[in-house]
Amino acid sequence: MLLIHCPYCDEERPELEFRNAGEAHIARSNNIAAESDEDFEKFFFIRSNPKGVIFERWRHIHGCARFFNAARDTITDRFLLTYKAGEPKPDLTKLAADAGPAAWANRPPDQLNEKPKAKRPTKGEA
Amino acid sequence: MAKLATATRNPALSGHSVGGHGVLLKVLAPASRMSLRARPAAVAALSKALGVSLPDKAKTSAAKGGRTVLWLGPDEWLVIDEAGGDPVADCASVKGLHSAVDVSHRNVAIAVTGPNAAATINAGCPQDLSLDAFPVGAASRTVLGKVEMVLLRTGEEAFRVECWRSFSDYVYGFLSEAARDG
Ligand SMILES: [Zn+2]
Repeated sequence: MLLIHCPYCDEERPELEFRNAGEAHIARSNNIAAESDEDFEKFFFIRSNPKGVIFERWRHIHGCARFFNAARDTITDRFLLTYKAGEPKPDLTKLAADAGPAAWANRPPDQLNEKPKAKRPTKGEA
Repeated sequence: MAKLATATRNPALSGHSVGGHGVLLKVLAPASRMSLRARPAAVAALSKALGVSLPDKAKTSAAKGGRTVLWLGPDEWLVIDEAGGDPVADCASVKGLHSAVDVSHRNVAIAVTGPNAAATINAGCPQDLSLDAFPVGAASRTVLGKVEMVLLRTGEEAFRVECWRSFSDYVYGFLSEAARDG
């Protein structure tokens, strides 16, 4: 079972207590009626669906019931970090580099074999 | 002469009890319960009115004079009064913005006690119930099998399971099976 760190409970809790609530940081227009069809389509339907790191909203529905945001790797299912709702999108450069190659797989194909700049320890790897 | 209708209390699973291997399940007597929501500005006044300080730390509870306040979320508490008090009435005089809703009859409480109490609950609850992670007084909303519950550790080998009345049959059955497995 996955353990997910709830930023409000400030501890890791079993995944059964959580529910995914879609992609995070999607800004809703203050004047939705004035949106063009193209912009509304982007806001309403189009999601990034990356192979790699994605920012998501999660809810600790069977716990403190709070919504929060998480950066998760869609390949490894690893949560890089979680943070409270309303906090800015964190810089993941360092975390993604430490997370191993999977976190970099959403690069364009011609860059897929580029190693991240930060050195990762190779000792003890299978 | 008009006939007076009298409502009689008919608690779900009233008085049920079952013993397993090193664990005893007992359906507890009815209690007054209140769902309380408030922002930090009103917390001090509410604590004073209730006679118990609202805990502000996750997974904790506070108790005084038969009244227990369980932290459920950053602005949400469950108040359980087993001394015949009326927590909603006590909050009525508090000026600060808050929501106090009587949910006394929404819940059924089951005491799970004995050396296998934690193991019995863990049959359907994925939380770490070791004394380090879930000490006496710890409280949390979580899951049991396929339903939600509120769990309070009342002693090293004693828990109070609070579930919705309509789920109580399932919860009691689930815990009974788990107790037999011990
Ligand atoms: Zn939480």
